[in-house]
Amino acid sequence: MSVPRPLPVTDRDSAAYWTGGANGQLLIERCNGCAYLIHPPTGFCPVCESRDTAPHAVSGRASIISCTVNHKQWMPDLPVPYVLALVALDEQADVLLATNIVDCAPETVFIGMKVQVRFEQNEDLWVPLFAPVESGK
Amino acid sequence: MNYPEKQTAITGIGQSKISRGADKSALGLSIDAAMQAIADAGLKRSDIDGMATWPGDRSDGSGFSDVGIPALQDALRIEVNWYSNCSETAGQFGAIFNAIGAISAGLARHVLIFRTMYEATARKTAFANALNVPGQRVRGGFQWYAPYHTYAASTQQALYFARYVHESGIKPEQVARIALNGRRNAGLNPAAVYRTPITMDDYFASPIISTPLRLFDCDVPIDGSTAIILSHIDAARDLPNPVTRIEAVGSNMRYRNSWTQLDALATQGQPKVAEMMWNRTDLTPGDVDVAELYDGFSYHTINWLENFGFCKRFEAGDFIGDGSRIALEGELPINTNGGALSAGRMHAYGQVHEACTQLWGRGDARQVKGDPRVAALSTAGGPLAGCFLLARE
Ligand SMILES: [Zn+2]
Repeated sequence: MSVPRPLPVTDRDSAAYWTGGANGQLLIERCNGCAYLIHPPTGFCPVCESRDTAPHAVSGRASIISCTVNHKQWMPDLPVPYVLALVALDEQADVLLATNIVDCAPETVFIGMKVQVRFEQNEDLWVPLFAPVESGK
Repeated sequence: MNYPEKQTAITGIGQSKISRGADKSALGLSIDAAMQAIADAGLKRSDIDGMATWPGDRSDGSGFSDVGIPALQDALRIEVNWYSNCSETAGQFGAIFNAIGAISAGLARHVLIFRTMYEATARKTAFANALNVPGQRVRGGFQWYAPYHTYAASTQQALYFARYVHESGIKPEQVARIALNGRRNAGLNPAAVYRTPITMDDYFASPIISTPLRLFDCDVPIDGSTAIILSHIDAARDLPNPVTRIEAVGSNMRYRNSWTQLDALATQGQPKVAEMMWNRTDLTPGDVDVAELYDGFSYHTINWLENFGFCKRFEAGDFIGDGSRIALEGELPINTNGGALSAGRMHAYGQVHEACTQLWGRGDARQVKGDPRVAALSTAGGPLAGCFLLARE
């Protein structure tokens, strides 16, 4: 029982984000001029106005800044509950990623929790998901 | 300060039957609301020279907005000098803000503004299909959410509410008062869709949709249409209803305009909108007699209590307390018709209708005592926020 993830239409700017997982990389656009991480990717640095940008592999570590446990079964085969979260990248706190927190019990997820990316292939895309960082790592 | 919105006034209101399943089409409901508003303003169809709506015809099976200006304009055979729908505005009040601009620019004198929703019928038929069409990929800003099973605003916006709870420490029983207050007021409103009283126990027995949201924190999808007439204030002086001007608007966008990257998670995009509004008037929060605060979710209303300045940041829970302060007979009556939580999801336009109802003394059993003259109105949702004050002369 499951519902396929609704997948995005990718374009020149966003394709790296949704395909970096093929190589195990979370690719976030970065300004080559000032190293600012630009998300969503636009090809323009809002800090220094450079157009010289490129996808950059970040650590994939992040902190949960908000999370919700969805209990409502919106469609017949949708497994519930599941966690929707916004996470802030360790490298730059104003890069927020929506994601699901996986590989843990939903009720154990909390704001401030440290998480680490993993990828789930869906058709030709690799959807970034996050799971709690295992203690000791 | 002579800001141009003060030269506009709401001169008439209309509303179709609001229901959990209409016996006429979305267009039929829109015609009912529009004709009622035109008549209420003491006007004829031929007096209307502008039209505005939000967000315009989508006809996407969701019922979110099945009627746009072309359909209603043609049905009513209205001839206009100016018309506009645009969804990229400061919340749902964008249609009103645009109409203020048109009237101020001399493009129109009487603008018919409407908002029609047909979600009750849509959810009985095509809703699940509209949520997820297999194989169809998502474009635009929501591509960043869609892969994560974010099928409804309740799941996505729960992220803002969870952050608000985290930062404010508000208690669930304080949140519940918004729903209980709405239902109590709806009991006095014959047009509301849910009128049976609910208790605190009922609230906590209602299912969790997406933490911290319970069912009773979520507004009720309905079939219905609301219309208002916005006129130049000079014209308003010759019409039957008490002159009720737009005192000040808040319509800015000074945050990141993004549902994922919003840089004001706990407050959503409201604080700077409210700040703009207060900067355009000599009135203060203490002058507000009745507040019709957007309640797509109970947390939006709570946010607005703070962002309008009725109480301090993260103190709305204590302000709400046992609910007496926000009740009909309290010092700041809110959502006096039941709000979207109980009267039905008219997407803030129900609140505009109710504000005029109160300012014009038509509230009957739910009429706020003391001759209310100033009403505060708001919309909300992540980065989207808009607000205005209505003041009866
Ligand atoms: Zn740069």
